[in-house]
Amino acid sequence: MTYNFSVSPDFNPSHISGWYIFNTWLQRTISEEIHLELYNNFELQRKAIADDQLDLIYANPYDAALLVREKGFIPIASPSNKSDEAIIAVNKASQITDVEDLNEGTHISSTDDPDVRMMCMIMLEPAGLNGSNTAQTQRDTYVLVAKDLLNNEADVGFFLEETYNDLSDIIRQELRPLVHSQIQVIHHLLLAGPKLAHKRDEIQNSLLEMKNETKGEGVLKSLNFECWNPVEQEETEFMIDLMDTLTAE
Amino acid sequence: MNDMNPDDIIGEYREHTLSFHDGTQRKVLVTDIETPIPDGRLIVSRTDLNGIITHVNRSFVDMSAHQEEALIGQPHYILRHPDMPSAAFKDLWNTLQEGKKWHGYVKNLRKDGGFYWVYATVIANIRQGDIVGFTSVRRKPSRKKVIEAETLYKTLS
Repeated sequence: MTYNFSVSPDFNPSHISGWYIFNTWLQRTISEEIHLELYNNFELQRKAIADDQLDLIYANPYDAALLVREKGFIPIASPSNKSDEAIIAVNKASQITDVEDLNEGTHISSTDDPDVRMMCMIMLEPAGLNGSNTAQTQRDTYVLVAKDLLNNEADVGFFLEETYNDLSDIIRQELRPLVHSQIQVIHHLLLAGPKLAHKRDEIQNSLLEMKNETKGEGVLKSLNFECWNPVEQEETEFMIDLMDTLTAE
Repeated sequence: MNDMNPDDIIGEYREHTLSFHDGTQRKVLVTDIETPIPDGRLIVSRTDLNGIITHVNRSFVDMSAHQEEALIGQPHYILRHPDMPSAAFKDLWNTLQEGKKWHGYVKNLRKDGGFYWVYATVIANIRQGDIVGFTSVRRKPSRKKVIEAETLYKTLS
């Protein structure tokens, strides 16, 4: 039997090869055939989830709720020291120096990354801004969001912190972070679907040992991970509860 | 819970005695010094069914000015400010017992007698159909909403 694996579409494009290397390593380690499918956007991946096409997923916190509570996925592990944080950035020359300088009608550029959008909209609340009194443009990539700021086609841009930091120096030098989230307790995680649940402990043990193996260490490096930490059901339930408090009433 | 200690207070303070739903009382010392939540911070905590704190994040510790060890095991009303009407907390508990999400603007008390305003959301933690505790997330509100809440709460106190 071949299992299907996917990665949250907000992964850094420079880590595409890293995920293929990871998948090869995982297949050898647990002696199972696993097909890696990378989706270009969240909509396509959600359809695959809805159609029960996925058995293993490196998911963002927003999708974890659906996967765990409605699709019966169980948590395996998350990369260490990689909590999800977001940045709202402006053009370096912008007059805006504080969130509360922003007014109704502010033009936002963002991707379809749901947890980043949610975190950033929360960070705009002190200015009294919300979905109904702002203008929003959705882009396919964070580079296009950055371009909107550089071309003054948006007042603020929403970024996953890790992705912002991975923008080229030339782009980043023309931008300025306005506000940076400090949530500290939400993160991406690897989840196993019902068909792969019997392999959950074996996968978790293998991931925890990765850093101690020469090959595993190289795989971690290709993903820019230090190591994996185990994630248990209650920890995931807590994160889902937390995400639930943040979604619109 | 222990009364507040004058040695912990920064600035001139006023004394109030709060009465809680569990029949206990606490002497609190309050100042007019506001410490706004820094932009981007989320204050996270969890309690058990009795409102006893079981988990706090770093932002909770920083904003409350308490040590983490001093918070775990304490009732969540360690943050109760005398300017908050008890009706707001009754509404919170009633809403949660119905299994609904509660949200509102809250003035919280710091260990040093100062205060900070939050927009709070609280949900019940449901496991296998049972409520096992509560998660609260607080974030920075807009100044306009704080002024509206202040005005409203004065009429309810």
